Amino acid sequence: MKLPAISATLLLMGLMSGPLVRAQRGSQLRFSLASDPKTFNPLLVDDDASEAIRYLTGGVLVRLNRETQQLEPDLATSWRVSRAGNSITFTLRRNLRFSDGTPFTAQDVAYTIQRLMDPVLHSPTGDSFRSGPGNVTARIIGKNQITIVFPRPIVGLAKLFDQVGILSAHSPHKEMAVLGPYYVAEYKPGSYLLLERNPNYWKRDGAGNQLPYIESIRISIEENRDIEMLRLMRGEIDFINSLDPDLYDRLARQAPKMAYDAGVSLDSEQMWFNEVPAAPIPAYKKAWFTSTRFRRAVSESINRADLVRVVFRGHAQPAVSWISPANKFWFDAGLHPHPFDRKDALRLLAEDGFHLQNGVLRDRGGHAVEFSVITNGGNMERVHMAAMIQQDLAGIGIRLNVVTLDFPSLIDRITRSFNYEACLLGLVNDGLDPNAQMNVWLSSADNHQWDPDEKTPATAWEAQIDRLMRAQAATLDVKKRKQEVDEVQQIVWREEPFIYLVYKDALAGVSTRLRNVHPVALRPQVYWNIDQLWIAGGRAEGRGWN
Amino acid sequence: MKWVRRGAMAFLVAVFAASMLANFIAPASYAYQFRELPDAAPSSQHWLGTDDLGRDRLSRLLYGTRVSLLLAPAAALVSCALAAAIGGAAGFAGGWLESAVMAATDLVLSLPWLFLLITVRAFLPLNVAPIASVAITFALLGCLGWAAAARVVCADARTLKNSEIALLARATGSGGLRLLWRHMVPNLKPVLYAQFWISIPVFILTEANLSILGLGVAEPLPSWGGLLRELEDLTSFSAQPWLFAPLILLVLTVSCFHVVVREEEMWG
Repeated sequence: MKLPAISATLLLMGLMSGPLVRAQRGSQLRFSLASDPKTFNPLLVDDDASEAIRYLTGGVLVRLNRETQQLEPDLATSWRVSRAGNSITFTLRRNLRFSDGTPFTAQDVAYTIQRLMDPVLHSPTGDSFRSGPGNVTARIIGKNQITIVFPRPIVGLAKLFDQVGILSAHSPHKEMAVLGPYYVAEYKPGSYLLLERNPNYWKRDGAGNQLPYIESIRISIEENRDIEMLRLMRGEIDFINSLDPDLYDRLARQAPKMAYDAGVSLDSEQMWFNEVPAAPIPAYKKAWFTSTRFRRAVSESINRADLVRVVFRGHAQPAVSWISPANKFWFDAGLHPHPFDRKDALRLLAEDGFHLQNGVLRDRGGHAVEFSVITNGGNMERVHMAAMIQQDLAGIGIRLNVVTLDFPSLIDRITRSFNYEACLLGLVNDGLDPNAQMNVWLSSADNHQWDPDEKTPATAWEAQIDRLMRAQAATLDVKKRKQEVDEVQQIVWREEPFIYLVYKDALAGVSTRLRNVHPVALRPQVYWNIDQLWIAGGRAEGRGWN
Repeated sequence: MKWVRRGAMAFLVAVFAASMLANFIAPASYAYQFRELPDAAPSSQHWLGTDDLGRDRLSRLLYGTRVSLLLAPAAALVSCALAAAIGGAAGFAGGWLESAVMAATDLVLSLPWLFLLITVRAFLPLNVAPIASVAITFALLGCLGWAAAARVVCADARTLKNSEIALLARATGSGGLRLLWRHMVPNLKPVLYAQFWISIPVFILTEANLSILGLGVAEPLPSWGGLLRELEDLTSFSAQPWLFAPLILLVLTVSCFHVVVREEEMWG
């Protein structure tokens, strides 16, 4: 009868110390980035590769848990936002050291904030903190407490600190001294980066073992997605953070245990019509594009379910509005995608004076309805979506010409010359807070793509969106904010300045050797819990392939 | 070797006829999407399966053959004619004209065509019918692809000018246009044929790459180049062998053209 008790004890011990015991010394994680990081300075990050390095090496005061989407203590054990919303007080973890041994104190936080807000540095991360004219001040209350005061209230202030990697005020290694789980040990531009485990990393697991479990990370620079896929299959890399549906399906067929679909992501694919008054397109076409009924009719003629099934092989979801269901709190669950309904589309068009003549849709003036949609030729998903929309619109007598362009030409057309009729493009979304999309929804914004930089709102509903977006950005009452953001989603759903097509799934490929993996929809999908990951059996460091 | 030539000729006639009669013999429209059957394997309904969007591959191959078989040789013909005129004139004339033409050829070869083509695309209207788009593409290729061939033709013409054939022709009283037309041009034929056959597959593949710039064949029109792009994602030769159909057809067609013309030269 003792046997079960002993087994249970052994099992318990195994669970307590499992990862550390099994992850041999010298274990190395390997993956690829599509390009070199532009910077190692966490305050200057504005590209995916640098963001990856910041996430792996940077220590932050608070960390957004990518799975629960809740803030968790990191270098700060607690934080408190003032009632006015313009200041935040952090209580810092004691006796921490940077990777080079320099002690971590409130002075480092003050120094980081000073550098972050320095106008000479032009920190993209700092832009989110610029609430209005005036200086940002950091008051050190004690060795382990600091209050940061902003000139105006900032909505969602605490979450913004998830992006702020803390710098050392005193280390001679400057930004290379870090508080995150890894530090950059070697870098060969165009070839690879080697990150070593930070010996002073503060976090420990439940059994008291220092994290992270994996000793080092070797990141190769590999632009070609097919080669990256082959390397994963050969076991030369341990994961691919983001896969196209085609590659995902290939992986799922060949090695089903390696394919992960983490569900719908924040990224959307959409099309829109050019509504810029000065655009070089005929007046009668401008009249079509600025008509809500016309946009709704086009939207209802697109079979989104087919786009999901055929182009994305089921790894997407018909889109509703500008916030994806992956954004658990802000998504308006009361909204549903527009149905595929050609009858209703023709009814809407008839209300605007359109009529079918020998299978061709014509407007009041007798013009045949024909327009072009531009998209970037390198992206086959978009080209395929455009081809499917072409067939769908032919069903209501609209002739659509699909034009693929190189990306710079496309950007030039939609931002400078405005010489296009419709565009199909995707939006990559990193932030959960609706404020991250202020530059899209304010009528005066640059990325208000259907008609950028409006001097005054062109329509009543755009004026209403302006009012609601400004109101939600000015209040600290979360319930009120949610109501206002929901209302904006409803207006966008009704007016369709962007015809939202699909939300893509977050797809990843992960080696079966990598353990404790829970891919999520938010970036970085696979390694968001990097300090908890471990490799079964480990891997000797010398086996190089670069 | 006549049976080889006959076989090649029969194959070419069959391919040409099939592509011209695509409207009647293709099992489906090249554009129609059978959305319940995307990326399907060959079946009795779809002999070469369907593409990513469920379009019948055989129909697309037949229509694509028509587009490429008519337009790629036409573009090759334009580029060879330009090469013959420019390179031939430079080679025969020699002296400062040859130096000037060769300098111009070098300049053309060194131009960043990719950026030039992007600029050309910027000047074209967006609402262009797919067939007009493909015709513009091949016309551009024909007009821009002469430089490399002109260098070869120029070198050959220079050699010919100083050869014994030219000397004997002059000795018998031939000169001027007669010398050029009766003695020089026939001797330049082999190099022009070679340039012509080399240009066809090059133009077909270039067209496929240009579609990324919005200059190739627009959706939903198929072409060999567009069909060959499907092979880009292929990781296994045995997984979907039917995807090789356009490649096999391209190789066979160009080879058969070559056999027919070579035999013509040798026997005819």
